[in-house]
Amino acid sequence: MANTEHLFDLTLTEEQRITRESMRRFAGAEVRAIARAADEAGAAPAGFYDQTAALGLSLLAIPEALGGAGAGRAPISNVLAAEDLGYGDMSLAIGALTPLGFINTVLDQGTEDQQERFLTPLADETFVAATIALMEPRATFEPTDLHTTARKENGRYVLNGEKSMVALGDTARFILVIANVEGENVPAAFVVAQGSEGVSFEKEEYMGLRPLSLQRVRLQNVVVAEQDRLGGDKPFNLQRLVDLSNIGLCAAAVGCGQAVLDYVIPYVNDRIAFGEPISNRQSVAFMVANMAIELDAMRLMVYRAASRAEQGLEFHQQAYLCRVLCAERSMEIGTNGVQLLGGHGFTREHPVEMWYRNLRAVGILLGVAAV
Amino acid sequence: MINLELPQKLLTAQQMAHQLAKGAFRPIARKYDKIEHCPTPEELIPISQMMRAMGGQAVLGGKKEGGKKDGSKSEAAADSVKNGANLMGIMATTEMAWGCCGLMLSLPGVGLGNAAIDTVGTPEQKEKFGKLYCAMAITEPGCGSDSAAVQTTAKLDGDEWVINGEKIFATAGDRGDAVVVWATLDKSLGKAAIKSFVVEKGTPGMEVVRCEDKMGLRVSDTAAIRFHDCRIPKSNILGSPEIAADAEARKKAFGGVMQTFDNTRPMVAAMALGVARGALEITRELLEKEGVNADYSKSLYNSSALEAEIYRMEANLEGARLLTLKAAWMADNKQPNSKEASMCKAKAGRVGNDITLKCVEICGALGYSESWLLEKLARDSKIIDIFEGTQQIQQLIVARHLLGKSSSELK
Repeated sequence: MANTEHLFDLTLTEEQRITRESMRRFAGAEVRAIARAADEAGAAPAGFYDQTAALGLSLLAIPEALGGAGAGRAPISNVLAAEDLGYGDMSLAIGALTPLGFINTVLDQGTEDQQERFLTPLADETFVAATIALMEPRATFEPTDLHTTARKENGRYVLNGEKSMVALGDTARFILVIANVEGENVPAAFVVAQGSEGVSFEKEEYMGLRPLSLQRVRLQNVVVAEQDRLGGDKPFNLQRLVDLSNIGLCAAAVGCGQAVLDYVIPYVNDRIAFGEPISNRQSVAFMVANMAIELDAMRLMVYRAASRAEQGLEFHQQAYLCRVLCAERSMEIGTNGVQLLGGHGFTREHPVEMWYRNLRAVGILLGVAAV
Repeated sequence: MINLELPQKLLTAQQMAHQLAKGAFRPIARKYDKIEHCPTPEELIPISQMMRAMGGQAVLGGKKEGGKKDGSKSEAAADSVKNGANLMGIMATTEMAWGCCGLMLSLPGVGLGNAAIDTVGTPEQKEKFGKLYCAMAITEPGCGSDSAAVQTTAKLDGDEWVINGEKIFATAGDRGDAVVVWATLDKSLGKAAIKSFVVEKGTPGMEVVRCEDKMGLRVSDTAAIRFHDCRIPKSNILGSPEIAADAEARKKAFGGVMQTFDNTRPMVAAMALGVARGALEITRELLEKEGVNADYSKSLYNSSALEAEIYRMEANLEGARLLTLKAAWMADNKQPNSKEASMCKAKAGRVGNDITLKCVEICGALGYSESWLLEKLARDSKIIDIFEGTQQIQQLIVARHLLGKSSSELK
């Protein structure tokens, strides 16, 4: 039940406003400046993620007793961070938020013992990667229909299967593998440490999100101790993970969409055709107007879902519809961003083609950047 | 604190308006769609009396907090966030439009003219005309969206204004007690010379020529009114009778007139929200009978085509709803919201029309049939993307804000 004393409000708290300022400065200056080079290189520049660690993304979430700052679960703050970083670059934003997705899931669904064992190593001034392996490499993939299996054998689990689009998989200290438990026929999450026997990686190449190391992870008879099944006997709430990650991904998409809008406005105002700025034409101006309208609708859907999650309300329907809208509209914004720059938009001299490629992922990715 | 849930105060208003819409509007919606031309439906008279007794709940926006006597507690700190009359108006309008948009617009006392008087009228004018049912007459045969091009004239003759011209598409222009008429004091001076005047029903020289036969919103009367040497008191002008001297001041003067729309556009967006939600609910009901239950259990592309269509419609409706709440919330908190008012009207207007049409299609014969309300909602929804500024006008306004363009640059 909602706390019906709270008024409808879109005002940030003082703390959120201050954090947002530094996040925006960082995204606008540092992240944007390296985005294109990172896209060309297919990797984040050395030291970049350590810089993001200084923003406290992981540390804030981890309880004080485990070496963190203990700010508690804060989906709204996470969403604002995802939006602001996404404004700088969507790939690098998702990369920076990947450990947080793992941390949030362990906080939400792990036992105390698991939180201590898996979060303490992540409470560090430098960037320690940890990730979630949910997707599988096939069309029609559905989170509730997993082909990766976990077989219980002599008091431990044996994992087999193939995971796809695992962000930072190759460098992650821990990988939370979502698998179907044989016999029980329910999804469960297993913490697999880097270097475990039977785990192999292969870098996947995609049309976009190129700086984000997305890995194919093959699991061949990987042995996981019973106490590393997240939450122990409690059923794993996969829908919660999917919903929270949809909110995080959509928030990053809102940031990227805002970047497109802010880029095309001066362009169409400066670009002269037939003797006047092309923005004097309704066909151009209306595309810009619609971008702003849909973008703000996306943003409000993200905020509502996140704020419900933060208040402990049901948020599945809101997160679901948020993803539906954001997947469709963010791609529309991406493609119109290129269109408004014409042939110039198609060249790699401008960032809009990169944003177009990155925004295509909003309808695809699952299980990343859980807020 | 970011919170997009509604407080109890607004939920209560919503529930009350919903009960009214369900109990009083829905049962007679079809009947009056068939009857079309008639005096104010008798069923609406006690409802309107009740609403007035309750302190004139804001329906079409622009109203200040009505019946509230003890402003002390809730108005405490000046910088605290407010959920006031504008959000309240969104609640009431959405629910009543869910019941029947045409009947809502036929409720005596909640005309667009009332919104104008509330926004720009003097205290004396509010006192004098506030209790009347006031229609708004802007559109003319030769001018629609281009409201600065009105040809109707007003000339001061002694202590009276003399109005001449022809107005069309005046909602409640026949049933209303008075009409707020837009007229120019001097055609050569453009926008700045356009003023609005309250003309009471029965004033000699004012004649309702006809009521339009329409595709939808049939119960709501849409009048054509002719003014021939129609004389009204000098004090019936809304705002200043002066014509601004320089270009900047002229622009500002017309901007003041247009400000009414910053308050009313979110309310019209709310009509679209109510109509569209009504259509979606009926569609879900009909589909559930056939075993289609869109329960958000599978990702979009692994859902059936029908389920996916429902999800898309719901997602767009929710986006439109939140944009509308935002615009109203900004108005309640005294933030300039001209851009946001147009954004929500644009999104809600088109989404409302898309959804109602899609619902008719999805439900096939039942959707198209007069035995259900879907076809009526699909007819009614079209006008919501047109009146109070068409889709295209809203986009122009949003684009000018974003691009920093004047109306002479971005035409």
